Amino acid sequence: MQRREFIRRGIAAGATMPLAAGSATLLAAPNAPARVLVVFLRGGYDAASLLVPFSSNFYYEQRPNIAIARPASAADAALPLDPDWGLHPALRDSILPLYEKKQAAFIPFAGTDDTSRSHFETQDSIELGQALKGPRNFQSGFMNRLAGVLGTRDAIAFTDQLPMVFRGSVQVPNLALNTVGKQGIDARQSEIIVAMYQGSPFGNAVSEGFAVRTEATQALAGEMVEANRNAITAKGFEGEARRIGRLMRERYRLGFIDVGGWDTHVGQGAGTGYLANRLGELGKGLAAFAEESGDAWNSTVVIVVSEFGRTFKENGNRGTDHGHGSVFWALGGAVRGGRVAGEQVAVAPGSLFQNRDYPVLNEYRAVLGGVFARLYGLSPAQVQQVFPGSTSKDIGLV
Amino acid sequence: MALLKDAMTEPSDFPSPDRRTPLTRRSLLLEGTALVAAGPWLALAAGCGTPPEARRPEAAARTVPHREAALAPADFALVNRIAWGASASTAADFNRLGRATWLHLQLDPHRYPRLPPDAQAQIDAMSITTTPFEALVGDMDALRRDSDAKAKEASDNAAKQAAQQAYQQALSKVAREAASRSLLRALYSPNQLQEQLTWFWFNHFNVHQYKSNLRVMVGDYEDRALRPRALGKFRDLLIASATHPAMIRYLDNEQNGAGRINENYAREVMELHTLGVEGGYSQKDVQELARVLTGLGVALGDKTPNLRPEQRALYVRQGLTEFNPARHDMGDKLVLGQSVAGRGWNEVLDELGRLATHPNTARFVSRKLAQFFAADASPPTLVDRMSTAFTRSDGEIAATLAAMFDSPEFATTLGHKFKDPMHYVVSALRLAYDDRPIRNAGPMLGWLARLGEAPYNRQTPDGYPTDESAWASPGQMAARFEIARAIGTGSAGLFRAEGESADAPAFPRLASAFYYESIEPTLGKATRAALDRATSAQEWNVFLLSSPEFMLR
Repeated sequence: MQRREFIRRGIAAGATMPLAAGSATLLAAPNAPARVLVVFLRGGYDAASLLVPFSSNFYYEQRPNIAIARPASAADAALPLDPDWGLHPALRDSILPLYEKKQAAFIPFAGTDDTSRSHFETQDSIELGQALKGPRNFQSGFMNRLAGVLGTRDAIAFTDQLPMVFRGSVQVPNLALNTVGKQGIDARQSEIIVAMYQGSPFGNAVSEGFAVRTEATQALAGEMVEANRNAITAKGFEGEARRIGRLMRERYRLGFIDVGGWDTHVGQGAGTGYLANRLGELGKGLAAFAEESGDAWNSTVVIVVSEFGRTFKENGNRGTDHGHGSVFWALGGAVRGGRVAGEQVAVAPGSLFQNRDYPVLNEYRAVLGGVFARLYGLSPAQVQQVFPGSTSKDIGLV
Repeated sequence: MALLKDAMTEPSDFPSPDRRTPLTRRSLLLEGTALVAAGPWLALAAGCGTPPEARRPEAAARTVPHREAALAPADFALVNRIAWGASASTAADFNRLGRATWLHLQLDPHRYPRLPPDAQAQIDAMSITTTPFEALVGDMDALRRDSDAKAKEASDNAAKQAAQQAYQQALSKVAREAASRSLLRALYSPNQLQEQLTWFWFNHFNVHQYKSNLRVMVGDYEDRALRPRALGKFRDLLIASATHPAMIRYLDNEQNGAGRINENYAREVMELHTLGVEGGYSQKDVQELARVLTGLGVALGDKTPNLRPEQRALYVRQGLTEFNPARHDMGDKLVLGQSVAGRGWNEVLDELGRLATHPNTARFVSRKLAQFFAADASPPTLVDRMSTAFTRSDGEIAATLAAMFDSPEFATTLGHKFKDPMHYVVSALRLAYDDRPIRNAGPMLGWLARLGEAPYNRQTPDGYPTDESAWASPGQMAARFEIARAIGTGSAGLFRAEGESADAPAFPRLASAFYYESIEPTLGKATRAALDRATSAQEWNVFLLSSPEFMLR
């Protein structure tokens, strides 16, 4: 019996599975097959370079060296999305086509109310998704609680460590995709090792680890013969994103990946340069993910988040420092895209938070709660389990 | 974390599956010995089921006579925690000196520890040993200019790339030497606590080797800034870190000048190095401390900046570190509620000193030490004891640790702390090759990279997590078993010195007298049952290194 089937049967038979408290609401969701991939840009990416407020003179005053040029004013100018906002030119061939197909939306002024401006504090608090005030449970991330509410174990982190966002009562595996396919422990040995861990607190992790590797190896076995999909030659993030696309299509409903390298204090560049290269690679990877998803793309939502935005004004080193409000992305066939969504304010001197950063008008728990509610038909009580103490706000992303 | 455009992970190759012959376990163990008998440590062909008494004669050929290394479970747990994992030779030291003296020497280590000659010879031959740091950085910089010039002249892209690769490869070679030196010391230095702390402090004051030319700097940062102060005063450690070019460059303080503030280092030094994120500082304090730190930078070459006469006396140069008064904000500042008169270099040292001895720093550092050496959630009473010792001793790390080791809370944590990858890999190798120094740390670097904890490779300033929840996930466990297999079944390239083609055809003999006397009594039923199912000595090794007991320290 396949593991997946086993899990289903287990659920059907009412067997006690290590699911979260919300498992009573199992299978209640009408749109069950929807897939969600959360992409976390660690380091606080410069959102004002991604989604360029080109109608704002203030933007060009504050960023004499690093602003993205107004549309059509230069070869590497912003790509206009609407009368106020433009897209970074490095995303011309990857994300702009999705936007034009109405499969991409951007949410400016998004983020958390945490104002510590610490990478680590803010990343943790977003991944936990708990109220900022009151005691926190560091072993309970919002994606894990979502898996609990959905009654699914088809969740995975494509990282070499299990991220906080997926920690919790549902056993969620992690798998670093660059190590798949190099297995030396055979079936008999893994059975003996699993037996050693019976009754150990690590028992679940050990059996899950073996199971996931075996499955991933099987699911990815096909890629070796499909050279036309470019899977063998694609390097770096694009190659990884392709594999994720394939695994999400075949096997998983909730996924997470993080991407580093965004802490641009010095020399971030503008239409070209360091940040442009990073955005270009990210865009290419996400487009590859979309392509690899095939038909599953129609029921997929990719959410790109980061712990904070950066200072609106450039610093003395042609870079930016830790700020506050960011821009989130939503991509996917299920997304109502082709627009800049959520609550907005004119980008002007008076609208900055603490006279330095984008404000947060679209709090992430409210926004994501709204997306999950719509996508999975969750009741307000279920949304409360995912984001306790939050009021979800439907900005019509899906 | 996916790192864009990054090729920092090393491919690790695992040997092909071992051949399995239907022999009895006992005869296999003996056959294995015969096949690989290459050193005295291999003469220990102890059969698994044999009682210890019966094996005594066989053990006589060992470097460390087995009785000398026998530890009672409580002592085994202590040595296993204070060292990078228990080994027969460390156990023998412990027995020879007694608990109190051994602990005392760990806390107050000899300045020039004696490594096994084979290990020391490898370190002595490294360019980081033979070339002074400043000269090495100069050499690399010259190579960079040369590579850039060649790349400029190059007619095609391939030649351009080749020119730049020469520089990148030279940088990587230096960083690899530093990592190898560090691993050799973790494996073989008698100053085991100092070595653990050196890793701990590097991680606490983390820098990432792939920023700028940091690959040429990480070794010196570790060896001359952190290692000698690892058990000394926290203030000295903090200042050594703050004024080392690796840190100045990593957190951008070289870009921090009057009127062109870069607050990156100022923020992290309070959040991560001293007070902690809840340590009671504000965004305004970050900005004000950044002003204090203006002018602290890196200087290559002999040139000094052109300074006005009144500034010349304020200029400071120590190695590659400089304090440039022309870039310093001489105005007064307000940091953590106290006004700071603008006066230059001493202002920097005083403010770092004030952070180092702040009560919130005592707490933050004590909690982090307890988290690393005792338990993920350390009892508040333990942290209290340690903070008190920290404050009373004016921030002395040895005194803070002594308070922990002597506490009743500490004893209850022994044997329950989950090993992070560094602890896992090093402890396995200490067990496997205690008295036969490895000749190539490359495979270890590969394993650490695969597990996500390679030396100098944490990109962000927070350092690697060291708690259980970060490392006990399904993916981690599965990868760990693969590494257990690589270590247990062969020599994995550990004895193939760079440039040589032949590796010693050996696999480690973990079923040693030390195992039977000190480790086996700590194993549970399920692990013993698994070991009994092994069909070869290699597989037995793999199971031991995969056991739940071996995951803990």
